[in-house]
Amino acid sequence: MGSLQLNHVNKSFGATQVLFDINLDVADGEFVIFVGPSGCGKSTLLRIIAGLEDSSGGEVRIDGSRVDAVPPAKRGIAMVFQTYALYPHLTVKENMSAGLKQAGTPRDQIEAQVAEASRMLSLDPYLQRRPAELSGGQRQRVAIGRAVVRKPSLFLFDEPLSNLDAALRVHTRLEIARLHRELTATMVYVTHDQVEAMTLADKIVVMNAGRIEQVGSPMALYNNPANLFVAGFIGSPQMNFLRAAAIGMAGAETIGVRPEHLTLSKERGDWAGKVVHIEHLGADTNVYLETEKAGMVTVRLFGEVYHDPGETLWMSPAEQRFVYRFDAAGKVMR
Amino acid sequence: MSKATHSPLRSIAAHAILLTYTVIALFPVFVIIINSFKSKKAIFGAPLSLPLGDAFSLIGYETVFKRGDFLLYFQNSLMVTVASLVLVLLFGAMAAFALSEYRFRLNTLTGLYLALGIMIPIRLGTVAILQLMVASGLVNTLWALILVYTAQGLPLSIFILSEFMRTVSDDLKNAGRIDGMSEYRIFFRLVLPLVRPAMATVAVFTMIPIWNDLWFPLILAPSEATKTVTLGAQMFIGQFQTDWNGVLSALALAILPVLILYLIFSRQLIRGITSGAVK
Repeated sequence: MGSLQLNHVNKSFGATQVLFDINLDVADGEFVIFVGPSGCGKSTLLRIIAGLEDSSGGEVRIDGSRVDAVPPAKRGIAMVFQTYALYPHLTVKENMSAGLKQAGTPRDQIEAQVAEASRMLSLDPYLQRRPAELSGGQRQRVAIGRAVVRKPSLFLFDEPLSNLDAALRVHTRLEIARLHRELTATMVYVTHDQVEAMTLADKIVVMNAGRIEQVGSPMALYNNPANLFVAGFIGSPQMNFLRAAAIGMAGAETIGVRPEHLTLSKERGDWAGKVVHIEHLGADTNVYLETEKAGMVTVRLFGEVYHDPGETLWMSPAEQRFVYRFDAAGKVMR
Repeated sequence: MSKATHSPLRSIAAHAILLTYTVIALFPVFVIIINSFKSKKAIFGAPLSLPLGDAFSLIGYETVFKRGDFLLYFQNSLMVTVASLVLVLLFGAMAAFALSEYRFRLNTLTGLYLALGIMIPIRLGTVAILQLMVASGLVNTLWALILVYTAQGLPLSIFILSEFMRTVSDDLKNAGRIDGMSEYRIFFRLVLPLVRPAMATVAVFTMIPIWNDLWFPLILAPSEATKTVTLGAQMFIGQFQTDWNGVLSALALAILPVLILYLIFSRQLIRGITSGAVK
């Protein structure tokens, strides 16, 4: 229970259109992530699914039935917000039971559902506290708990990890992944962080400027990006883009190679470049090289590697299949 | 603690300015109160001396309680002030919520229109208001005053509250919507508690002019049954002779209720600021 279909969804604010003809199918139990730069319309799309914003055209279906005229509370969804959005005057327990109480659920059932969610997220010690007495990570767990208690067919997450520090973010990410496995519920998650998208999603929806650029599994997007935008957005450090003409390759406009697919050599290779800067991250090393004609290139090497700035090195793609060719419109050429 | 922010000279200067202002602000109140406890001769003989020895007299308070029905006047003032206050806060907050929360056509224009009243004194419309009250048969009722004061207080209240309500997190209201709360519940349970400091500010700014007003009670409700305290105190001021004992005692008494109301709201105000650990 919990499929979602978007058919030709459009959205305009006054004269500016922010979403263009969005079509998407989400199967029951899938973990879908909308990812894209800020202002690409991903949060607006989530709000349309939640019913907090009206679409200007098209239809939203949850579990097969059209919900465009259904208020948020009746859509069978639960939402986790970036700013937690806990009710400041209620305790953790009251926060978690507010939705069920509003829906008129019997008291003992509320108790049971709150207890279950609290156990799942280890919130038992905090049930009687108010949000002001909790840390950021605990508040976000309560917000997730509030969503879990409702037993929705569809979970919506709006950048839930953005306000947490790096360590907590990894921890909460794991928690959400575990929750998805335990609940086998459908989840729709919005983020601008491609690492979150890669690590959590069954299916990633890459959005840019109000349009869906590509939909696919994380590895499908990594291995077979459809265009320049997706190739540049997925993967860190970013894919290197070189003008084909500058490096003497015919038949394409742009050549793309991921930093981790380049090898360095002192003697020979395809392109030469001068080392500008080296970053040592422990497990891997990023080398930034300035080429004569094609600009800056990043090379990611595994393990500890030492080069001096100013040194001239040769780089070449490890395998030919790692070289992506894009046409003038930015589409990948196969 | 850095020296720069705690130099004794600076703190003395700051305190000197604040103390001077406090003395200037409290002096008239002080003079009213000490003179209300003096005999007429002492008021004119030594207006700044304390009511000690021969000078001490309760004649003023005796007159106040003997002449006229001051208990009723107090009751009238209190009813008018509290009722207007409740209406101003309720309708002001509701209008502010609508203006800050919902996107609709002419939203900005409506906001400006409602705020216009801040700049135009309501007294300019006294004649029209009087005609209106006569036509609707509300002259010499407390309702006439309550309605006028509500209209007078709303513009500022809408202006201040809508600015504050814009700062309430959208996510919180949306969380309420997803939990199935009605817009009224979101307004009363989520938004109002968060703008309490602003409500207290509006309450103080609204309450004091209403309590002190002489103009509208004199014009709209001068009957014995509807007199307010400020109007009641006027009966001691005559064309040829003024009973200063009575005036001063009546004024001293009139400070009390509004002082109590102010203390209630200012506590709210401070609590609102210090407990602002929302988010």
